[in-house]
Amino acid sequence: RSAPEQGLGHSGSGSTLLGYIGIDTIIEQMRKKTMKAGFDFNIMIVGHSGLGKSTLVNTLFKSQVSRWSSGWGGEHKIPKTVEIKAVSHVIEEGGVKMKLTVIDTPGFGDQINNENCWDPISKYINEQYEKFLKEEVNIARKKRIPDTRVHCCLYFISPTGHSLRQLDIEFMKHLSRVVNIIPVIAKSDTMTPDEKNEFKHRVRKELETHGIEYYPQNEFDDDMEDKNENDKIREAMPFAVVGSDKEFQVNGKRVLGRKTAWGVVEVENPNHCEFALLRDFLIRSHLQDLKEVTHNIHYETYRARRLNDNGELSFQNTSYVSLSSAHRPKPPTLTSQLHLGLTFDPAI
Amino acid sequence: LSVVTCPDSWEEHAFMFGFCLQQEKLLEGYVGFANLPNQVYRKSVKRGFEFTLMVVGESGLGKSTLINSLFLTDLYSPEYPGPSHRIKKTVQVEQSKVLVKEGGVQLLLTIVDTPGFGDAVDNSNCWQPVIDHIDSKFEDYLNSESRVNRRQMPDNRVHCCLYFIAPSGHGLKPLDIEFMKRLHEKVNIIPLIAKADTMTPEECQQFKKQIMREITEHKIQIYEFPETNDEEENKMVKKIKDRLPLAVVGSNTIIVVNEKRVRGRQYPWGVAEVENGEHCDFTILRNMLIRTHMQDLKDVTNNVHYENYRSRKLAAVTYNGVDNNKNKGPMTKSPLAQMEEERREHVTKMEKMEMEMEQVFEMKVKEKIQKLKDSELELQRRHEQMKKNLEAQHKELEEKRRQLEDEKHNWEAQQRVLEQQKLDKIFTK
Repeated sequence: RSAPEQGLGHSGSGSTLLGYIGIDTIIEQMRKKTMKAGFDFNIMIVGHSGLGKSTLVNTLFKSQVSRWSSGWGGEHKIPKTVEIKAVSHVIEEGGVKMKLTVIDTPGFGDQINNENCWDPISKYINEQYEKFLKEEVNIARKKRIPDTRVHCCLYFISPTGHSLRQLDIEFMKHLSRVVNIIPVIAKSDTMTPDEKNEFKHRVRKELETHGIEYYPQNEFDDDMEDKNENDKIREAMPFAVVGSDKEFQVNGKRVLGRKTAWGVVEVENPNHCEFALLRDFLIRSHLQDLKEVTHNIHYETYRARRLNDNGELSFQNTSYVSLSSAHRPKPPTLTSQLHLGLTFDPAI
Repeated sequence: LSVVTCPDSWEEHAFMFGFCLQQEKLLEGYVGFANLPNQVYRKSVKRGFEFTLMVVGESGLGKSTLINSLFLTDLYSPEYPGPSHRIKKTVQVEQSKVLVKEGGVQLLLTIVDTPGFGDAVDNSNCWQPVIDHIDSKFEDYLNSESRVNRRQMPDNRVHCCLYFIAPSGHGLKPLDIEFMKRLHEKVNIIPLIAKADTMTPEECQQFKKQIMREITEHKIQIYEFPETNDEEENKMVKKIKDRLPLAVVGSNTIIVVNEKRVRGRQYPWGVAEVENGEHCDFTILRNMLIRTHMQDLKDVTNNVHYENYRSRKLAAVTYNGVDNNKNKGPMTKSPLAQMEEERREHVTKMEKMEMEMEQVFEMKVKEKIQKLKDSELELQRRHEQMKKNLEAQHKELEEKRRQLEDEKHNWEAQQRVLEQQKLDKIFTK
């Protein structure tokens, strides 16, 4: 036998290549495919009325994507129960199309009695998981399952300067296991820098005390690099933001901001507020990760629970696969699902 | 010769006393009653003033800071932190008293705070403790007014309620509307927009308009500034009315701006000055609350809110003698007639009770007699029985004695016979 060929060895350790093969072009291929296909992103905004949610979402995506625009078109009546309103837009940048769905929850936390006002929200999220599960389990299923699952939930905290409200804690406790929650301090131009830091510190401590895991969750860090990066982000959260869609002149530059009698609050100035941090985090670095965590972890948890509860999934009007316990001798574990998830390519 | 031009209010007073002042009477010399206000002033200053202010609003709206700013004292300080720093499970009502002195005038200021208001998940009836507190103060005053010795009448009634509205920019919350609807007839409500530095001037305008619209829509009666006949004052009042509800910012930290020391909040983009009229309405609030309308607030509390409470409370006591304060009874009878009826009713009730008691008493007596008779009979029966026993025993004893006697006789007879025999024997020998 001749000496083992250098190059593509089976030892598993990195081998040096003798020439250029072209494996790295896979990134380019994926990029082309992604650009053609476009991708979905569903973001839910929760918080009681008057916290600037719609304005912030408009500022984030630099377009009027939210239902209530900042103009005073009509009177905004507070609905009697929590409603779920989803609005979709297709926005394009650099050849990449994104179908952005903003899910608004008017009426949350506005009533006198707010018991269980998170129930409609929880129901909606689970319904989306259910829809996806049904599609997935079909015999003749679509190549690209439309993904309406909520990838990210921005929870707006009122800038009282003291601590979290009871309602905030209850909501986050109930929903941090179901969806990625990103807490955000709204209207942070209410607070001076010292108050802001103190408030953030206190909020972080309270979240820790109550065991609320907000995104990026500690347990899902893949490796040291991720962990370091995420640790830095976790230290800076919750982000204190200000939203605005009006532009003003400051030092000869046109900036987005809010003009008060004593100065202009610049939205993208890191000394004024942390909007830029939030935007970079949400869109420029962790967008894909949000979708992956939703698919690989939250959705899989839901799926495992559903399949454990009823051995069979029955559907109406579609041919179905019987997944009774007879066919599946052991209950699917989370890790096995993770592997499955990784090989199964969802609609990116 | 001094001609005293009396202001219109004096005319009204004079008219009440039956004088007809078509023209002012010219005085022939200096009488001196122009000094009256000074006397009143001196007396009041000696007595000192009292003022009770209630602050209501969710936690974190800057209530404590505003109180500290208004009265330039540290009512809530790091050693004695305001209620927001202490976690409350239910709505509490807390009072703090502070005595402030300025220019020889004493003011006993009572701040009533309501920590926990609107903070829970379920806030139904969170206004109830507040209403109870106000009513209890009214009741105390009513009781002290009805006493025989009325020299000391501390006035602890709530004179003014500052209601803090969160600066959402949209409108009133359902909780705000509910609270104000329930309290506008019990206390003077002054709605304030808290943390007004959250909003730009345009947003603030819109917000104020929206709030006033909603207040009129729900027919909430907030504190009305009284119209005066003075042109100057009227202009000021109109200015205040246009800016209702007042948007305030509170701060106790002093910052140097353009070499001036001002109270304000330091942001990276500028300094929001508390006492700058263009930044917020704090100065208007302070002037209105303390410098111009404090007495009027007290008067309205006394003449309107307190009288409402009083007539409602007294009319609710009907002739049944039952306190119908819980259900609103018809307010048709005058208190005196009601008291007369009440007295009559009371007397008849007493008589009825007396009769009933007598009946019961008689019944009990009869029972007792019956019982005694029964026991007497019983006793007699037993007595008889015992006598019988005794007699039987007696007879027995007699029987036995006769037997004994018989035996004795027999024995004696036998003895005699034996003796006779013995004698006979002797004789025959």
